[in-house]
Amino acid sequence: MGKRLALLAVAALLTLTGCAGAGAIGAGGRTLVIAIVSNPQMNDAVALSDQFEAANPGVKLKFVSLPENEARAKITASTATQGGEFDVVMISNYETPQWAANGWLENLQPYVDGTPGYDPNDFVPSIRDSLSYQGSMYAVPFYGESSFLAYRKDLFEKAGLTMPAHPTWQQIADFAAKLDDKNAGVSGICLRGKPGWGENLAPFDTVANTFGASWFDQNWNAQLTSPQFKAAANFYVNLVRQHGEVGASSAGFSECGTRYAQGQAAMWYDSTVMAGTNEDPSSSEVVGKSGYVAAPVEQTKASGWLYTWSLAIPKVAKDKQAAWSFLNWMTDKEFVQLVGKTDGWNAVPPGCRLSTYRIPEYQQAAKAYAQPTLDSIDAAQSANVRVQPVPYSGIQFVGIPEFQDLGTRVSQELSAAIAGQISVDEALDQSQKYAQTVGDSYRETK
Amino acid sequence: MTTHTQRRFGRASLTVVTWVIAILFVFPLLWMILTSFKQEADAYTDPPKLAFGPTLSQFASILDRGFLPYLANSAFVTVVSTLIVLLVGVPAAYALSLAPVPKTSNVLGFFLSTKMLPIVAAIIPLYVISQKTQLLDNVWALIILYTAMNLPLAIWMMRSFFLEVPTEMIEAGRVDGAKLPLLLSRVILPVVAPGIAATALICVIFSWTEFFYAVNLTAARAGTVPVFLVGFITSEGLYWAQLSAAALLASLPVMIVGWIAQNHLVRGLSMGAVK
Amino acid sequence: MTAVAPSLQTGRTSRTRTTAKPKGAAWARRAPLLPALLFTIVVTQIPFIVTVVYSFQSWNLVRPGSSHFVGVQNYVDVFTDSQFRVALLNTVLITVVCVLIALLLGLGLAILLDRKFLGRGVVRTLLITPFLILPAAGALLWKTTMFDPTYGLLNFVFGGDTDWLSEFPLSSVMVQIIWQWTPFMMLLLLAGLQSQPKDVLEAASVDGAGRWRTFASITLPHLSRYIQLSVLLGAIYIVNSFDAIFLMTQGGPGTASTNLPYYIYQRAFQGFDVGQSSAMGVIVVIMTLIVATFALRLMFRTFDVSRGVK
Repeated sequence: MGKRLALLAVAALLTLTGCAGAGAIGAGGRTLVIAIVSNPQMNDAVALSDQFEAANPGVKLKFVSLPENEARAKITASTATQGGEFDVVMISNYETPQWAANGWLENLQPYVDGTPGYDPNDFVPSIRDSLSYQGSMYAVPFYGESSFLAYRKDLFEKAGLTMPAHPTWQQIADFAAKLDDKNAGVSGICLRGKPGWGENLAPFDTVANTFGASWFDQNWNAQLTSPQFKAAANFYVNLVRQHGEVGASSAGFSECGTRYAQGQAAMWYDSTVMAGTNEDPSSSEVVGKSGYVAAPVEQTKASGWLYTWSLAIPKVAKDKQAAWSFLNWMTDKEFVQLVGKTDGWNAVPPGCRLSTYRIPEYQQAAKAYAQPTLDSIDAAQSANVRVQPVPYSGIQFVGIPEFQDLGTRVSQELSAAIAGQISVDEALDQSQKYAQTVGDSYRETK
Repeated sequence: MTTHTQRRFGRASLTVVTWVIAILFVFPLLWMILTSFKQEADAYTDPPKLAFGPTLSQFASILDRGFLPYLANSAFVTVVSTLIVLLVGVPAAYALSLAPVPKTSNVLGFFLSTKMLPIVAAIIPLYVISQKTQLLDNVWALIILYTAMNLPLAIWMMRSFFLEVPTEMIEAGRVDGAKLPLLLSRVILPVVAPGIAATALICVIFSWTEFFYAVNLTAARAGTVPVFLVGFITSEGLYWAQLSAAALLASLPVMIVGWIAQNHLVRGLSMGAVK
Repeated sequence: MTAVAPSLQTGRTSRTRTTAKPKGAAWARRAPLLPALLFTIVVTQIPFIVTVVYSFQSWNLVRPGSSHFVGVQNYVDVFTDSQFRVALLNTVLITVVCVLIALLLGLGLAILLDRKFLGRGVVRTLLITPFLILPAAGALLWKTTMFDPTYGLLNFVFGGDTDWLSEFPLSSVMVQIIWQWTPFMMLLLLAGLQSQPKDVLEAASVDGAGRWRTFASITLPHLSRYIQLSVLLGAIYIVNSFDAIFLMTQGGPGTASTNLPYYIYQRAFQGFDVGQSSAMGVIVVIMTLIVATFALRLMFRTFDVSRGVK
């Protein structure tokens, strides 16, 4: 009896396997494998992708959709070793110039110029520049973002508070203290604590910048234990520990988004794309209750980061023309219309095409945050958000290859401090050691 | 109360205690099954909901997210690697038991020591070698590695089952003039067949659940079910119901095989050797 | 790796017989073994040799052209890396604690199951299921439905809003691992209990030995081989735990729940530091081999390997 069942099971498995053909599923024909980060806008694009397949017969799409940290690890490993698993990768303005310089990416400028109606001049200039290397675009933006602050107008009104248009961090800390309501399950503010240089370091670095801190001085001396850096780290950690969300040390963009949308936070400082989910009636309970103001500052006149998730084609990709047709589909003006009409105008990928901001329906749907988003992206230039010059590019990251590792390690220390496992000083002392090792290697090569 | 009724009462209460412990122990699983039939909004509530309108929509959306290719990959990798393990493992086990080669214990020691190698130690070379040999994101890379991963344990298990074959039977066969193939198929295999089945079952379980190689060496084409689950690593949008449905679907094949063959499982794990 | 083998030579009685045969016959005997042996050597040893080669290089995957020979510098770095020590300690802690607790729980459950009662088959089926579920699925389930600070069942049952994964990261991970491996221990020990000769037990009870006496003086000695087997197999798998940490805590907060497999993975696939991660791999292999040599000796003594050589 048992034996027959076992045989049956094996037979069933083999039949199932039959669908697998030679074992490598979908390996034949023109299948584009696309590695993307599983943020809401990307998931919308995945859902719409059968329209691309319908318009491009013979090209099949296969998505590898992973959370940010995992996606980054996989995409970097694959691109750096010329692994060739992916035909299209989603990367950011951190990777693009470096990888273009390494010769790992296909130069997209000929494709951009050769596609009528693609209109590259429609991209927000700061975003387009951040994806260019020696005057050519090596990646095309899917969405662009800076950071700003969302706050619950209803809660502010109830507490008799007024949010200024350009708040300082001290004001934000005071608001957070007043609005923190443990009994009602509402935290004063939501800030990322999850490790990952693209997670907690992004908001934290903007705080550090406006506190006058930097990672390295002009001679590549690590500055993570400078008084400014300590002040910034103490401020951030204390704020999130005292008035931040539950489970802060493991909360990233997605987790914060869920909490804010469930009405569990009075304020949220994060990426400008958050507005899309905050105002989405299908997932948010706080639609229409939020106001959006510029990133809080301390010593600078502006703050905020500059970031774009964009699409690129690895040099080793086999079918580059098909890959480009997908890039074109996902980043052109028609895609914006498609998303707007199917998923609602709040779901449109923001911050990358200027023409999006001239669409009446979008202006109507996004009136609370469209202008603050554009303003933030515009203001996010190194000279505006920093007190002193630094030897590296990037606002919320250090534009060197070692930063993936260094940033991840420092972000872990920061996260541990937020969890209360170690003190802020301990976290910074350890981080300083990591940073100095990296800094030394740049001093030597100079 | 008489001692008799006391004892009966004691036994009954022990049974109740056993049941309670068992249910508490698998509660996370029962909860998973329950959650997989919920709508997302019912999945994360405080307090947790027990009554809700059940739905199959989570399973449907898992299939929509392209679950089936992962399932097919898992099935293919598991079945093929287990078959290869048996194909090369059975002769090896025979050569280490009934017709022992010189230095049997050294060979056995070598096999077992590879099992104790931390698999993470060689992951970069494996990645580079796979890339050079076009095996990156290819099911055959996993098949080769899973075969190597399961082979030592399998040989060791099957060897202990071979040792159970009574020497007299073999000798009797020899006396009758039976040639080796006949001896194998008529005398030895019937005795060790259940042991081989048990071994195969354990190889199936370990291949199906393997995570590390799968996550690092596959992407879209050759991903197995554990890789599919990585997409749920963030609690983004709190897809708990969908996660539960995915977890259930991903585990179900091995769960069913394991349930049906639990006696084999016990036998395989205790390796026959411990008699 | 083959270094282990010579130390394992146990008493063999039949060497004279096997070596006395002509060469051809000896090779005929070896033939069935060769495919498995060659396969294992190629697949497990070649990557490891490459790891050793890499471990003497300074090579960052994302900085092309950075690869050059640095001697033992990577090893020096690893030994002075405080995170490596933390990870090593965590690995030992996870392995020892999880194996011990899973063993004790498994023993308890096995004893409860080792008698006839209503629905025994169902209970056994229930109890082995955590071992059959994908570890990846188990880890995600615990992370979300159990440990989540807001909607998790643990906080619902015990009250409060404890953030388990950041306040007790290592313990939380261990809970999941123990949950996963207890059924495995239980199955093995149950097999042991059920193979006890009934007449001996009856004789003991006739002699008026108490339950504890019988357990301590008859059952436990009988179980000892099963216990050793469970500990060894459990340790082999738990020492390599990766899924639970990768999926539940990502080694955090900070490095609080980082074990060696996860740390090496991080150095390799987040740091892309090929040289250093390879050096760590080599060090871990050497340490494992030292432990494994003792373990294998124990195992061979317990299971009387020489018996196979008739």
